[in-house]
Amino acid sequence: MDTIQESLVEVGVDPHLPSPVGESAARHHAVTLPEKPLVIIKPRQSFVALDLRSLWTYRELLYFLIWRDVKVRYKQTALGVTWVLLQPLIMIVIFSTLFGKVAGLPSDGIPYPLFACASVLAWTFLSSAVTKSGNSLVGSAHLITKVYFPRLMIPAAAICAAAIDLIIAFAVLVPMMVYYGVVPKWQVVMVLPLTVELILLAWAVGMWMSALNVKYRDVGFALPFLTQIWMFLSPVVYPLSVLPPRFRLVMMFNPMTGIIEGFRAALFGLPFNWLAILISTVVVLLLLAYALFSFRRMEREFADIV
Amino acid sequence: MKPIIKVENLSKQYRIGARKESYATLRDTIAGAVRAPFNALGRNGRSGKNTIWALKDVNFEVVPGEVVGIIGRNGAGKSTLLKILSQITEPTTGQVEVYGRIASLLEVGTGFHPELSGRENIFLNGAILGMRRAEIAHKFDEIVAFAETEKFIDTPVKRYSSGMLVRLAFAVAAHLEPEILLVDEVLAVGDVAFQKKCLGKMNDVASKGRTVLFVSHNTAAVQKLCQRAVWLESGKVKEDAAASAVLENYLHEMQDDFGSDLASRNGDFVITKARMFGESGQESQAFMTGESLRVELDYKCARNFPGAYLYIGIANRETLLFAANMCLDGSRIPGGEESGKLSVTFKELPLAPHQRYYIKVGGRASDNQTPLFEDSDIEVGVIQVVGSTADIHLNGEASELLISDSSSVLVPYEWDFGKGRVRNIESFKNVKLLDHRSF
Repeated sequence: MDTIQESLVEVGVDPHLPSPVGESAARHHAVTLPEKPLVIIKPRQSFVALDLRSLWTYRELLYFLIWRDVKVRYKQTALGVTWVLLQPLIMIVIFSTLFGKVAGLPSDGIPYPLFACASVLAWTFLSSAVTKSGNSLVGSAHLITKVYFPRLMIPAAAICAAAIDLIIAFAVLVPMMVYYGVVPKWQVVMVLPLTVELILLAWAVGMWMSALNVKYRDVGFALPFLTQIWMFLSPVVYPLSVLPPRFRLVMMFNPMTGIIEGFRAALFGLPFNWLAILISTVVVLLLLAYALFSFRRMEREFADIV
Repeated sequence: MKPIIKVENLSKQYRIGARKESYATLRDTIAGAVRAPFNALGRNGRSGKNTIWALKDVNFEVVPGEVVGIIGRNGAGKSTLLKILSQITEPTTGQVEVYGRIASLLEVGTGFHPELSGRENIFLNGAILGMRRAEIAHKFDEIVAFAETEKFIDTPVKRYSSGMLVRLAFAVAAHLEPEILLVDEVLAVGDVAFQKKCLGKMNDVASKGRTVLFVSHNTAAVQKLCQRAVWLESGKVKEDAAASAVLENYLHEMQDDFGSDLASRNGDFVITKARMFGESGQESQAFMTGESLRVELDYKCARNFPGAYLYIGIANRETLLFAANMCLDGSRIPGGEESGKLSVTFKELPLAPHQRYYIKVGGRASDNQTPLFEDSDIEVGVIQVVGSTADIHLNGEASELLISDSSSVLVPYEWDFGKGRVRNIESFKNVKLLDHRSF
């Protein structure tokens, strides 16, 4: 592509006003065009593959969008990034008091605050990532109607920005584990793959919601309630073991079950529930495939209806 | 000569009116979303009464190095064409083959974030427009110099004046180096001096052998920049030839008729022509502060036209500033005549130099309730206020720079600093106007 550009630049010898048609036609001879068109713009077919080439071309834009989100998020706040730590901390305190002390929910033998910490970190990320990316396309309407770039970048950038918060928030774990004297065992290596799975799940749901939100603004209203309901259907404040065995399998089809239980096992050296992790991985991958497909299909209408 | 852009049978259909889907219940939505991929396979072009062809069977080719103006009335399909070429929206049928990198400038400052500094926004906006980070860093100083915002480069852009913001935004866009540049009306913003600079920059781009597609209402700019013009009307190519020839025909037709825009809702009243006259009685588009402006409308009406209330006003980019309004003063367009002329004279324009104003027309039917036209505030002309700030007795240090961002209307005033220290700004009338009168 660079060679085309150079040859075009060389043509420009004429510094004065655009010349009349005849003269300019003479200028054109030096230009060499590629054999095949770089882009063919036409109505898309029903089946839509991922356009990896254009994703790669615009990779730097993803970086800038994430950078913007991170940079802007804590402008004009007094506490700044501390909020990333405060949000899960406050939730842990509330949950420990309410569900641990008052309701006396069991916690698989782990001190309740520690038990809640693992799930709250995962959950805070999921709900903020899904909410932010769900509203991201609608919030970027001015971009969508004015410039072309792969639309997938927008919800993806929102997820990545939230993921940066998640990584910072993991810092909350360290003093808590020291305080309760918990030493990580070999299981701790599973934290990384589980985090990746969690991010993929947030991306799948966030991307799907963001596309739906373009057409149906109801999504923006429903999303907070849906995530709230989802939280109580996930083992955030209670362990999976509290349920009767026949419900446990059903619960495992909620991908957050495998992820949260997996996090606890990895951090506190408990045995893994491999079945739950397997089911949740499969569900996440299916969701992601569906979300990508659905997004690509709705994408072509974004600029017209947003 | 092989084309760099080849547009073949391009059509775009839009649905108009309310979208029923937006009232779907959440249950339908979710069910629909789950079913959708299965339905998608069997679905093709929508048709029906509530659709409109924004573009219909458009064909043309552009060879490398050409600068092509796209002209046409509002709603003729110009913007839709640019949106398809820049891949923002998909065509309904037909295709375009593009043999080079495209950058589009449908709006300046797309993606600017108010909280970020000028420096940060240059990088962000550059990336959104498709520039590489290294490329932006390389041109950074040039961009800042072009925008004349060196001093404020680390200030959040929410503290910028609108003029500064536009300059910065255009500067980023002007430093794009694609093989094909699509430009839509960006020159309609900013003051005259900056517009000249932008036109100059576009000229440079063109003279470097790049291909430019330029959509504009500014026929003078099209005339100056383009060798060729494509005239769109109702989504079809009406004429495609040398710019001077097309523009001549286009302007000729524009003078005869504004099109359906200016017909009243039931078609019984049509404004056919609008002209502006200055103090000397000459038709003009350039006015001085304090000069009088006469707006003259020619109209046709049906034999049974019952009369109506009209207003003619002056607006800036956002709002109507003042108007002569029959709904308020109780005058009426006389009925019973098949054609006529009416004019209104604004006696002393309180308008600021270096700004652009729009003449707007609107009205109410004879019942003084129903809107007369489909749209309110229809633009029938543009005027530019000329002169320097010194000419209108504004001698502040940076007044020449700041006036284009200052308030759109100037009203005489008096400062009182106490202890008898009074400063009276009696009149903004351009001194040249007074000289002119004394002749």
